[in-house]
Amino acid sequence: MSESETNPIRDAISEAIAEHETILFMKGTPEAPACGFSARTVAMLQALDAPFAAVDILPDPRIRQELSAISGWPTIPQLFHSGDLIGGCDIVCEMYESGELAQTLGVQQSSDSSAPEPSPAAQANGFAQIENRLG
Amino acid sequence: MPTAEDLKQRIETSIPGAQAEVEDYTGTGDHFRAIVIASAFAGLSRIEQHKLVYEVFGDEIGGPIHALSLRTEAAPANDAEPGAVNV
Repeated sequence: MSESETNPIRDAISEAIAEHETILFMKGTPEAPACGFSARTVAMLQALDAPFAAVDILPDPRIRQELSAISGWPTIPQLFHSGDLIGGCDIVCEMYESGELAQTLGVQQSSDSSAPEPSPAAQANGFAQIENRLG
Repeated sequence: MPTAEDLKQRIETSIPGAQAEVEDYTGTGDHFRAIVIASAFAGLSRIEQHKLVYEVFGDEIGGPIHALSLRTEAAPANDAEPGAVNV
């Protein structure tokens, strides 16, 4: 295996993580999450009004493979902030409830810290179309 | 198909001083929830603690094990005895 071989998918993922202060790799989109864990993570970010970019990993199985190779984290969703992996749904949920998530993301949290239910009408603030670069 | 008991055994044998509670919350042998308390977690971040548990199962996560929801906690190093009570 040649180390110098180019890996456009891995590069595109690394670039997306570097370019977006907060970025969520998920199954489906914030408007139509395809998995309960992704839906819950989106709901928590939206409850905090935290701006985030989202990447749907489902269109190409290589996105998930390369993402997990970069992060060392096997499951989806994965939330990154300032280039660092924050965690998956469980960690994001724990951090949301303790107020740590708002602190890490630099946003204000209202007094109600119980984890919100996913809202189907919710909107994301940004959507990174990573799959478009992977043709 | 793995059972909650299989997962519990594997976590407890692989991670030093670990005590695990595992639940198959869909009853279908592929979605699990685990609470793991281990002395090996001491000094590790939450991310690193969860990675240690995921490493026990390798490629099975995302394969036969669709989901493994985790809550981890570090136990004091001198409390590695299974069933020991913290006072």
